[in-house]
Amino acid sequence: MKETDVIHVSKDRPEKGKYVKPLFRGLNFIFKNFLSKPVTLQYPTEKTQRSQRWRGLHRLEVDEKGELKCVACGLCARICPSEAITIVPYEEEGGIRYPKKFVINELRCIFCGFCQEACPKAAITLTEVYDYIDYNRTDFIFDIEKLKIPEQFKFTGK
Amino acid sequence: MAESKTITLNMGPHHPATHGVLRIVLELDGETIVNATPRIGYLHRGIEKLAESRNYQQIIPLTDRLDYASASANNMGYCVTVENLMGIEVPKRAQYLRVIMAELARIMGHHLWIGTHALDIGAMSVVFYAFRDREMIMNINEEISGYRLTPTFFRIGGVAHDATPKFIEMVRDFVKWFPKGLDGYHKLLTENKIWTTRTMDIGTISAEDAVNYGLTGPSLRGSGVAYDLRKAFPYSSYDDFDFQIPVGDKGDVYDRYLVRMEEFSQSLKIIDQAIENLPEGPVNVDNPWITNPDLDEVQKDISALIRRFMIHIKGPVAPEEEVYTAVEGAKGELGFYLVGDGSEHPYRLKIRSPCFYLASALPRLMVGHMVADAIAIIGSIDVVLGEIDR
Repeated sequence: MKETDVIHVSKDRPEKGKYVKPLFRGLNFIFKNFLSKPVTLQYPTEKTQRSQRWRGLHRLEVDEKGELKCVACGLCARICPSEAITIVPYEEEGGIRYPKKFVINELRCIFCGFCQEACPKAAITLTEVYDYIDYNRTDFIFDIEKLKIPEQFKFTGK
Repeated sequence: MAESKTITLNMGPHHPATHGVLRIVLELDGETIVNATPRIGYLHRGIEKLAESRNYQQIIPLTDRLDYASASANNMGYCVTVENLMGIEVPKRAQYLRVIMAELARIMGHHLWIGTHALDIGAMSVVFYAFRDREMIMNINEEISGYRLTPTFFRIGGVAHDATPKFIEMVRDFVKWFPKGLDGYHKLLTENKIWTTRTMDIGTISAEDAVNYGLTGPSLRGSGVAYDLRKAFPYSSYDDFDFQIPVGDKGDVYDRYLVRMEEFSQSLKIIDQAIENLPEGPVNVDNPWITNPDLDEVQKDISALIRRFMIHIKGPVAPEEEVYTAVEGAKGELGFYLVGDGSEHPYRLKIRSPCFYLASALPRLMVGHMVADAIAIIGSIDVVLGEIDR
């Protein structure tokens, strides 16, 4: 390593001596900020916009006919690092596949977004809903009906 | 004459100043520490063992949760190790994006350190300014990856998404703004009499002892050893950037403070260079068995669909080799020792976490000081228990 790559930070370190001047410099900084606009928000009445890529509660997408896009291939369940997804597939005559059971345990989920990346049909997406609350642990185990409209669980402060 | 006795005091695991669930058994003579024994294991989640039953991609979110204060830096270490094992060369643009994310994570980790360290010692207001600035980095994380604390942004052979114009704008804004925020911390602490009295000549460790105890990162550099893996063994294009390594001299709490404060500006310098010289090109390696094909491609092309199934059901396969790679995390040398057995799971993943060695040096740093100084020492070495216990 070259000598120019190194900075000696403690070369001009201050003495312990001074008391008043540094104190007032700090207080001056505090009072300047005291008069500035606050950066905090009054959650949950005020909320910021989440980004496009936000990874919130899952949604199972439906097509124009109102049927699930999911073909129950099981890729999302396979890649899930926390094993939160359970799928029971069903195959009709004529080769139409759909999930008979599609359960996501939102308590196990770590919201890594791998299921969304794996899905070959864009059938599972992660929404903007990040503040789902409930009273029972069983309410966090989402079935198909709940997964269709996760927006209904948006927390509004009531 | 009455015989003098020592008393035993349990500091932690629920003590707020121990930065997580660190328990230290202190043996006290009056108020002086005679002996200190760190007890760890309260946050053990078995990440190393879990990794043995996951494929190489599924381990990435686990590494996020090692040093959760600076998650992307851990991703960097793991992904570089896997790429060394599999012999993958990552495209330049992805390397630069990785550097930006890792340096932002380092700044984020240092924000948490300065906030809590100052709060422990009694400087109440610093934590608010630190968290105000940390929020900007969280928003940047959210913009590019979709999550704030644990972005899981890195992938084997590249990164998850390309940078958006808004991301570049936000990083530029942060680079422009943050020197002012840093100046504020300096104004509040650096020359403050209470701060200097509480930190100078406390927890002193010599360069020789620091090396012998296996300290790395800012705690080692505070003792005057200029050792930084970004310079010593450059990975992920770190040799493209012009930056310097801050080193201290005395090795006390105050020197470690100065070193980390300078690291803020050096990391900012790296981010500035990386975002201004961000090369064009793909963000994932051009290897069909590692890179996840696009959705459009999958819906048109049957071979892309098969590849997507292969990548997610089996995953990339590592050869029967072993590799150790270390990167400079926010706390020090973060090493991953990975043994491949020709399958899609690692045979063994050993994590060399810097905080484990830092915590093991606590008795050496604490003995002879007061109880109140113990708080300052724990804050100055900046341990994160998620990484010690794994």
